[in-house]
This record gives sequence, structure tokens and C-alpha cells, in this order.
Amino acid sequence: MSELLANVPLLSPFVEFGFMRRALAGCLALSLGATPVGVFLMLRRMSLAGDAMSHAILPGAAVGYLIAGLSLPAMTIGGLVAGLSVAVLSGGVARNSVIKEDASLATFYLISLSAGVLIISLRGSSVDLLHVLFGSVLALDDATLLLLAAFTSLSVVALALGLRLFVLEGCDPAFLARVSRLGPLAHYGFMVLLVLNLVAGFHALGTLMAVGIMILPAAAARLWVCNIGPLLLIAVLIAIAGSFVGLLLSYYMNLPAGPAIVLTLGGLYALSLALGTLGPLASRWRSGWHFER
Amino acid sequence: MSPSSSTSRAIVRFANLTLGYNRHPAVHHLHGEIAAGSLLAIVGPNGAGKSTLLKGISGELRPLQGSLELLGVQRRQIAYLTQQLTLDSSFPMVVHDFVAMGLWHEIGAFGSVHRALRRRIDAAIDLVGLHGLESRPIGALSGGQLQRAHFARVVLQDAPLVLLDEPYGAIDAASVRDLAALVRHWHDEGRTVIAVLHDLEHVRQEYPETLLLAREIIARGDSASVLSDENLLRARQIAEGGGDEAHAAICHANQESG
Repeated sequence: MSELLANVPLLSPFVEFGFMRRALAGCLALSLGATPVGVFLMLRRMSLAGDAMSHAILPGAAVGYLIAGLSLPAMTIGGLVAGLSVAVLSGGVARNSVIKEDASLATFYLISLSAGVLIISLRGSSVDLLHVLFGSVLALDDATLLLLAAFTSLSVVALALGLRLFVLEGCDPAFLARVSRLGPLAHYGFMVLLVLNLVAGFHALGTLMAVGIMILPAAAARLWVCNIGPLLLIAVLIAIAGSFVGLLLSYYMNLPAGPAIVLTLGGLYALSLALGTLGPLASRWRSGWHFER
Repeated sequence: MSPSSSTSRAIVRFANLTLGYNRHPAVHHLHGEIAAGSLLAIVGPNGAGKSTLLKGISGELRPLQGSLELLGVQRRQIAYLTQQLTLDSSFPMVVHDFVAMGLWHEIGAFGSVHRALRRRIDAAIDLVGLHGLESRPIGALSGGQLQRAHFARVVLQDAPLVLLDEPYGAIDAASVRDLAALVRHWHDEGRTVIAVLHDLEHVRQEYPETLLLAREIIARGDSASVLSDENLLRARQIAEGGGDEAHAAICHANQESG
């Protein structure tokens, strides 16, 4: 069977090389866990907040690295602590001062990012810095892959259980606040899911690229459907397709895998802009027909 | 919801009630009660504190002074349609799902929407005249249709107390007619409806009782006598007279917080 598959050009790299299979498995986990979170980030107009949060993870991972070297648990715990602290602190400042939410998040992530780069450069080499910033999807070991799968599985289950809550919090938070006490749980629960997925993503794609697999498939899918259920499904499918094609491009053209995946997703987004039924071109054609008739 | 036929029992009672923002009162020293089952219009000039009073009743705003009691109704049982819709209408959601939100008090975050509930959702959509638009995205609705959808959500909330803040702001006459009929229907079912309204002719026709407000209660009683020229003039004078004072208070507040 595997000999048969090895002759299919598009599958052979995954059949022949363990690291390619691991990379694909990691990306599939991220597509299932991180992409739906990205859909909600986009719908809550927090796409850039996701980016900021991904930078905020850096100093935590760096401190973990400082203490224990390239150790998976240390960097993971550090990342979680840093990400959750920035989420809570920036939210607190925004609610209790004249600083608005976006500025508050920006200040915290800028401080975090510079602290992270500083800490890494104190002890590590630029190779280590590159690992943290851009990940190493082609070098996922068993432990990292298990961690990635665990975090993203947790995220899928939590999102499925809280789907109604997250939808309501996203489209009419004031209504949710009137009918239920669960509004704050939805907000902070979502931030926890975001940080979980970013930490999972940073092991594979790095802190800078992890948001790519969240936002790009979400935005691309939004150009095709206008109902949340199908939107989640299509976003995940786009993420899986982008991961698969990106890894192949990286293999055959000898490109760094993380950027190749994110750029492929960017290509799918561009394609959706051009062809999507809700894209700018489609609506122009539609209004054109309207006038002709 | 079991409608009460008694009109003497109070559902809202306020004593020396003052409501406002940043410690500056918007309405002050209100006394009175609202009987369960009443159909009450709140009328007054801009800045009279009408919306503030609704916010107070809904529990979103705590009294600066005095008290506001809800009797026999929980805060979460109130259906409250705010003046500025809080819905993000660009959210990818269809009419059916939006209206279904009104069932939150029955199904919560995890309950399933079984067939009987589905029928109720469809019935609510039919009732507001949106039949056939169940699977249309909310972003593709006109202003009138969106307001109809909000009314359908209120229908499913099945609330003993309904608060409407200028519900007919920017919608066409046909929608106003249909939705006003729905409000009458709620009244007939024994629900208490309190609506902030601007169209005095509409109030005279549809609402037996009116509360005229201008930062304090100017008049209260049956709509025809409350909406006399004399009362309306007095309300306007008080609102305008208080205008400078209110403006000064706001500047003061800005200086304090800045």
C-alpha cells in the first residue's frame, strides 16, 4: 500500500519521510484547533489583537529557554503565562483607564516582544531566535507533536461546547450580558483558547507565523459563506489545503516550511478575493448584471 | 409565562429614584409604580432621561440615589430592545439563528433546539412577517426587516416585562403598523410593555397610559390628558432650562476624568 502511495508524486514526500508526516500532522492539528479560533478572532474584529498576543508569548518562551534551554515544557509554560498575563493585564488597563483596548494591547505586546528578543539574545544564538520567531515545523519531535495535538484537541472540544456562547458573545455581547451571566466566561475563555493555540502554533510555525494559520483561512472562507457553521468548516478545509500544498512547495522548491505554508494560505486568500461569491469582484459583477437587467 | 389579569399589582416600583452617569443625574427624584400588565409610553424631549429610565429598570444602570424594585420579575426575564441595536449585523448569521437567540432562557448554552422549539422559532418569524427569509443573512436585511427580527427575538424571550426604546426609529409605516399590532397583542396577553416613543399621535392611539418626563416626572396618567399642550410646553421648558446646567456638568466631568 505504502509503495503504491509512494508513487503518487503529491504524496510521496509524506510516505518517504517521517519529518514530512510529522509536519503534516502538526499542521492538521493546528488547522482543526487554531483556525476556528481565528474565525472568531476575525468576527470579533480582533485579527490584529491575535497578532499582538502572539508577540506577547515571546518573553515567556524566552524566560523558559533561559532557564532550561530548548526545553519543551519550560518554553510552553513560559509562553502560556506570558500570553495569559498580557491578555488579563491589557484588558484590565483598558477597562480602568483612559487608554483604549487597542493601545493597551499594543503597549503590552511591544514591551513583551522587546523583552523577549533581549532575553534570547543575552543567552542564545540567532539560530535559537529564528526557531522561536519562525518555528521549526520540519523538526517536530514526538513530545512537541503530542503537545500540539493535546492543546488543539482541548481547543476543539472547548469551542464545540461553548460554540453558542462564543457566537452570541461575538455578534451581540450586550444581549448576552442581559440574558446570562456567562459573558465574562466567554470573553476570558476565548482568550485562553487563543493563547493555547498560539503556544501550540509557535512550536510549529513560530510566534510570527502562528497567527497566519488562524486569520488567513478565516478571511478566505468569509469571502465564500455568510453563516457561521459553514464558515468554520470551510476555514478549516482551507487551512488543511494550505498546509498540505505549503509543505509540498517547501519540499520540492527547498523553501522554509513555515513561510511557505502561510504564503500558500495567502495565495488561497487572494484566490478567494478574486473568485469568492462575497468577494469585491463578485459583488461588482452582480451589481453589473443588476443594471443590465 | 402566565399572564396576570390583575392590573393593580405593581411590577416596577421606584422611590426617590435618581439615575445618571458619572455621578451626574439624568433623571431625579422619581416616585411611583408601574402596574403589571400596563401598556405605558414614556414621552419627553431629548435629554429628558427616557432611555436612562429604561436602563435603570433593566438593571444596566444602578440608582445614584433612591431605589428601584422589580416585583415578581427577575432581571434576566426582562426583554429589552435598546435604541442603538447592539447587534453586529455583519456577523455571518441567518435570520432563523438570530431569532432563536431569544430562547436562551430555555436552552442556555448547551440545550438542544428540538422540534417543538423549532416550530416556535418559525412561528415567531411568521408573526413578524419575515416568513421566507429564515435563511437570509442578517446583514442582508433592510432596517425594517432587522427590527422585525428583533421583535421576533423578543417574542421568543416570552418576557413578562418588555422594554422598547424608540423601536420605530428608522422604519417604514407598514413595519410600524405590524409591530404596533404585535405590541397590542403582548398587552392582551397580560405582559407589561414600557416603550419610549416620539410620535405623540401614535402614543395617543396605541397607549392607554403615558409618563411625560423631563428629567423629572411632568405628568402621568391617561395619554390624552398627559399629552396636553400645557404639559408638553412645560416639559420642553424644563428640558431646555436644564440644558446649560447639564452641559456645564458634562464639561466638569470631562475635566475631572481627563
